[in-house]
Amino acid sequence: MRHPASYTRTAIGLHWLVAIAIVTTFSVGLYMSDLPLSPDKLKIYSWHKWAGVTIFLLVAFRLMWRLTHLPPALPVGMPAWQHTAAEAAHWLLYALMIAVPLSGWLMSSAKGFQTVYFGVLPLPDLLAKNKELGKTLETVHQALNFTMAGLVLAHAGAALKHHFIDRDAVLARMLPFLKKA
Amino acid sequence: MNTLLKSALLLALLTGAAHAVEYNTLRPEQSRMTFVYKQMNVPLEGSFKRFNGQIIFDPAKPTLAKAMIEIDLASIDAGSDEANDEVAGKLWFNTKQFPSARFVSTSIKSLGNNRFEVAGKMSIKGRTHDASTPATFHPEGANGVFEGSFVLKRADYGLGEGMWADFGTVANEVQIKFRLVASSAAGKK
Repeated sequence: MRHPASYTRTAIGLHWLVAIAIVTTFSVGLYMSDLPLSPDKLKIYSWHKWAGVTIFLLVAFRLMWRLTHLPPALPVGMPAWQHTAAEAAHWLLYALMIAVPLSGWLMSSAKGFQTVYFGVLPLPDLLAKNKELGKTLETVHQALNFTMAGLVLAHAGAALKHHFIDRDAVLARMLPFLKKA
Repeated sequence: MNTLLKSALLLALLTGAAHAVEYNTLRPEQSRMTFVYKQMNVPLEGSFKRFNGQIIFDPAKPTLAKAMIEIDLASIDAGSDEANDEVAGKLWFNTKQFPSARFVSTSIKSLGNNRFEVAGKMSIKGRTHDASTPATFHPEGANGVFEGSFVLKRADYGLGEGMWADFGTVANEVQIKFRLVASSAAGKK
């Protein structure tokens, strides 16, 4: 298969949609966990969980799209280690985008709170209620989230470095309006 | 042995047992009092660990039966530590001022087939309302088991005031389920 010259519109659209959804849901997650119990807290938790399920579905679609559509090639002359690092980081990001919502869902089940998507569609509880397991999964959900946050920062940092230091077209592939005429 | 004979024997045995027994001692340790409520449409289960009361039930004279159940509200498990702390507070049960909930039966109607409609007065948080529940009876070894469930509207008893008054987050309807076991204490009859 040959690498295309640019990402598809679908890939670009999904990238930014998922990016915004993840940053928002992550921030809401940070904010809500320290709230005292109130109706608002219960609402925010539900919204956070619905957002997580939505992100999971979008990422599943993204992953299928990625596996059936090659991305554009990386710039010629980029050191081999950077190639490897970029490749690894992207697949790790996909893995985390799947693992983070899954861990949240399992944590909810273990804590005894079923996930009812948009208050309408109950997701099955794969785990029975178990306080200890719930706490463990909370730690797992947090650790995965902070790992992903670190990786997202590295990902964005690398994109900015490509644009402003290397002055290549890597960032413009995802932001077509940056393309030089 | 043919089926007819078997049924006749069983019937004789059952009615014989029924006439001999009056269930008059509630066994809380074998009984269960649970509930299901909905929060953001998510069903959550809870239970009361401590309750006591009196049940007097003679299967031969079910309509003369009496029941009184008193629940120690501090023994609630509403699904999480956070929820347990919250429901003990003033906006919910206010357990400091109102430590227990009580149901006292006023009439018991037989619906046939060991099914009954139990009507009575429910008192929670200083408010008393009429309440009724269907209940079934079946003997289990030496004990009598009474099971049923009914819907309690939390707002009737001021459960969830102030910020919790809106039903959008926590629904008004709470499903109460009970499984009460009573034995017949010898000499009490």
